[in-house]
Amino acid sequence: MATRRSFMIGATLAAPALLRKAVAAEGLGLDPHLPAGTLSEAALEALPGKVPLIKLSYRPPNYETPLRYFNDLFTPNDAFFVRYHLSDIPEVDPNTWGLTIGGDAAAKPFELTLDALKRDFAPIEIAALCQCAGNRRGLFDPHVPGVEWGYGAMGNARWKGVRLKDILERANLAKETIEISFQGTDGPAFDKTPHFVKSIPIWKALDPDTLVAYEMNGQALPHFNGAPARIVVPGWAGTYWMKHVTRITARSTPEDNFWMKAAYRIPTGKFPLVQRFLSQETVASTPITEMVVNSVITAPAAGDAVRMGSTLTVKGVAWDGGYGITSVEVSTDEGQSWARATLGPDVGRYSFRPWTFQVRATSKGPLTLMARASNAIGQTQTSALIQNPAGYHHNLMHRVSVTVA
Amino acid sequence: MRKPLLAALALAVSTAAHADETVITLKNAPGRDVVMNNCAACHSLDYIQMNSPFPDQKVWEAEVTKMIKAFGAPIDDADAKTIIDYLSRNYGTGGPT
Repeated sequence: MATRRSFMIGATLAAPALLRKAVAAEGLGLDPHLPAGTLSEAALEALPGKVPLIKLSYRPPNYETPLRYFNDLFTPNDAFFVRYHLSDIPEVDPNTWGLTIGGDAAAKPFELTLDALKRDFAPIEIAALCQCAGNRRGLFDPHVPGVEWGYGAMGNARWKGVRLKDILERANLAKETIEISFQGTDGPAFDKTPHFVKSIPIWKALDPDTLVAYEMNGQALPHFNGAPARIVVPGWAGTYWMKHVTRITARSTPEDNFWMKAAYRIPTGKFPLVQRFLSQETVASTPITEMVVNSVITAPAAGDAVRMGSTLTVKGVAWDGGYGITSVEVSTDEGQSWARATLGPDVGRYSFRPWTFQVRATSKGPLTLMARASNAIGQTQTSALIQNPAGYHHNLMHRVSVTVA
Repeated sequence: MRKPLLAALALAVSTAAHADETVITLKNAPGRDVVMNNCAACHSLDYIQMNSPFPDQKVWEAEVTKMIKAFGAPIDDADAKTIIDYLSRNYGTGGPT
């Protein structure tokens, strides 16, 4: 009850101030709760090889996917979001690309060409959502600094590649191996900026679903999504899915750099997560791991007009960290009552799970739809945002308002 | 070493600037040139607009400090102060809240 009331009070107070920006941002379908500066600078722009996406920053390029593309189970490669930390992004020639496997815990270091990667190891294809840890950061209240993403810093794809564990097996890892780290070719504009290097715990690296992928949705990886090969860590935040990967390092000590020790961390114990990265955990904070249970409404779009008496088909997708979506519920009365949506095909536990819900438009005026997903280990989306300094794991229930006339 | 690269790795020209970031115009106020000269060396200036106007002076100070300490930006103390003042006044709440 308190939730509903504060929602309504908040909406009333915020409306006049937001009106002008909301109109300006209308064409992009941006959520009016994003920072005012984001609403005025975001623009539809096309990178080479991409359809127009929502540009948040030019350099390094950070572009999100408009929500309507998630009406499809798999996100088209040319509409797939783009996220970089550092601005020197070389085009890599797949014919001369090489992957080095080494590190102090690798007894037999070696190198692979792209041909050898494809030839020497069994191929495997997995449907999985790649979602930026900071997706929806821009909707935090109060706002926190960072790339102010709306809903579209994510994409669902079929990733084809080889198992990381098969590659690591050949390197004859020491028993003391605790982490596997990854580095790609993209680098900083300035020498002293730390290279983007990320590690995962050895148990996650040996998970048969963790891949070195060279195709998405049946095609070679696009440049801006990590060509010619990237790491795929199904269920985990995109920060570990190293693009343009050229170096895999087996470590007997924890990776020690800015991107592990300071960035991509959440307050220890604050989120209901199962998978822990203990070699990087402190009393205060811990690396982000699996994604929290979440969903979005992809149709209708906010502000759509609906004919009085018609039956509206509400569509969306749900996901979690790989435990499996068990239900999606929809509310049309600000969360007072909920009814089950119909789940679409299950193409794998790391994939988007599509859902639909039918509602009759029986009274004129605004109609607000809310969706909440639950998973196989009893987790449900939150009704109160879980605050954290970097704005990760936003899984507040999505609301979309339409007008019945 | 600027970029530790594999011998086998061939690089084409960098593709840093695709779209035209020159369209970005920061507010004309004292300190703008210092901001543009320092910040744009590593990132486009839309990062500033995007992260506004919610930060108070402490938040902008923390951001500028992060650029210097964590990312190694070569910004001297006087410029850092000018940048923090400019951002707080033009892209923030104006002062500590």
